[in-house]
Amino acid sequence: MAKTSRYGSTYTLAFEQPVIELDKQIQLLKDRSNSAAYADELAGLETNRKRLLEKLYQELTPWDVVMVARHPQRPQTSDYIQMMCHDFCELHGDRCFGDDPAIITGFGRIGPHKIMIIGHQKGRTTQEKIACHFGCAHPEGYRKALQKMKLAEKFGLPILTLIDTPGAYPGLKAEERGQAEAIAVNLREMSRLRTPIVCVVIGEGGSGGALGIGVGDRVAMLRFAWYSVISPEGCAAILWKESNEQTNIAAASALALTSLDNLSNGLIDDVIPEPPTGAHRDPQAAAKQLQMWIVDRIRELKRFKPETLVQRRYEKLRKIGEVALAGTPPSH
Amino acid sequence: MLLIGATNRMTQVPSQSSTDRTDLRSARAKKGVPEGLWIRCGQCATMLFRKLVENNLCVCPDCQHHFRISGEQRVQQLTDPGSFEPFNATMAPVDPLGFVDLRPYPERIAKAQRATGQNDAVQTGQAYIKARRVVLACMDFNFLGGSMGSVVGEKITQAVVVAGEHDLPLVIVSCSGGARMMESGFSLMQMAKTASALARFDDQDGLFISVLTDPTTGGVTASFAMLGDVILAEPKALVGFAGPRVIKQTIHQELPEGFQRAEFLLECGFVDRVVHRSELRTEISRIIDYAGK
Repeated sequence: MAKTSRYGSTYTLAFEQPVIELDKQIQLLKDRSNSAAYADELAGLETNRKRLLEKLYQELTPWDVVMVARHPQRPQTSDYIQMMCHDFCELHGDRCFGDDPAIITGFGRIGPHKIMIIGHQKGRTTQEKIACHFGCAHPEGYRKALQKMKLAEKFGLPILTLIDTPGAYPGLKAEERGQAEAIAVNLREMSRLRTPIVCVVIGEGGSGGALGIGVGDRVAMLRFAWYSVISPEGCAAILWKESNEQTNIAAASALALTSLDNLSNGLIDDVIPEPPTGAHRDPQAAAKQLQMWIVDRIRELKRFKPETLVQRRYEKLRKIGEVALAGTPPSH
Repeated sequence: MLLIGATNRMTQVPSQSSTDRTDLRSARAKKGVPEGLWIRCGQCATMLFRKLVENNLCVCPDCQHHFRISGEQRVQQLTDPGSFEPFNATMAPVDPLGFVDLRPYPERIAKAQRATGQNDAVQTGQAYIKARRVVLACMDFNFLGGSMGSVVGEKITQAVVVAGEHDLPLVIVSCSGGARMMESGFSLMQMAKTASALARFDDQDGLFISVLTDPTTGGVTASFAMLGDVILAEPKALVGFAGPRVIKQTIHQELPEGFQRAEFLLECGFVDRVVHRSELRTEISRIIDYAGK
């Protein structure tokens, strides 16, 4: 995890250390009894601070991006629903086993569109986080999501999924109840749902647990989200034999997990801009950008007939992959 | 042989060098049945005469432990002699991300190719099983842990498509640690690609028999392997989403005996039948007949 220290009410990420020095100076000036006399200096320092932060965020390493994506104050699915959506009607039942709070589902209106919203939820308070397993869903979460997506299909509602998970939950009960089967069925069914699907990785896009609600007509990532086949720590532990700060950094770079990497590799369709210093510093602005993208994409997709949507979705997936012809057949 | 269309973004790469004697020996050593005249059973620890085990489908005659076998051996065991016609045998992996961990990915590929004599971790093709024509895919754990990258995803997908076009039963024998990390997002998307091909196959009323062997985990289980119309598993095969080590780390306790084994999955309702290796051909043909394919 990132070395985080509390300064005021904001967590500071490791790469933000240079800003802390400025913060200290600003605080010193503010604490003076005659601080009004230093108004000009204060304003100057504040401007420098803003510039410095923006510069830092322009030069993030992939590992830094992972840290931003996991920032404790980064907006989550429930926050975006609150900011973008009027009249959200949460639906809880998976009709099978139980309600998994790690995936939120329900009807909502975004802009002019009535839609079905599905999203991972990590939880903010310790209690919430434990209930949500830090955003790691169980099979019943994936089954609830599919049940609600089929509901949307039945009534011709477009589907929005918000992805934010380190991965599907790796536990005893999750295995017993068929974690792999639940995700596999979602992949198959999402690929043939006869209604528009738009997906956005808003924070962490960890492997199959992310993809389990991530098959769509349009897939985007927020600028500082990550999306990959495995978490950098998991990859480091396996391929570098050990997960530590150095190997995590190396794995994050190797995995090409940033939004820009995924876009240039043709694995997602769009990158949605975030406020220059991260969604956690200005959630409202982030929500506005996200909402614009969603409203536009759904408007475009609504023009297609359901069978055209399914055909295009299939063709899009069908093209992904890079292979070569080796010249000689293997010895057989 | 059925014709397979050209795939997307194919490029020519230099051909691999032919396997020499040393490589063949090391290949055999890696195929689960270790080298030598005598071998020790991984389960009951009995010393067994190698030939005896090999003539017994690589199953221990004493305790019925199923040794892990290569894709090539699997094809031989399952199909009618000489009936296997491979698809895309020359399709090989590339390194789309320039991935380097402790070693560069191309080096790992080359080593695996030398060791197995295969271009990647799956063999697909058309074959006959007890005179029933099928499309068959057999994964090979010896090739980078049977991991699924672009080649495995593409070959499986094309196999599904061919099975759909010709209304042939599809049999996939899985043996894999999951998605291949060195192709990152490309590997991840193969899960969605294979699943979407199977959705079409399902729409065409195609029959898919999924055979789970030791081990089948991660992104392979969470995509095509769990989507069989009928799911068979070999005795005691490890099958799951997360690996036992990861689960142990998460829950901080010992895992129960037999957890994530084929019999456990049967009990939980995720496998239809646990089938001894010697019965696989019979069981597969029986299901094909019931489905009328």
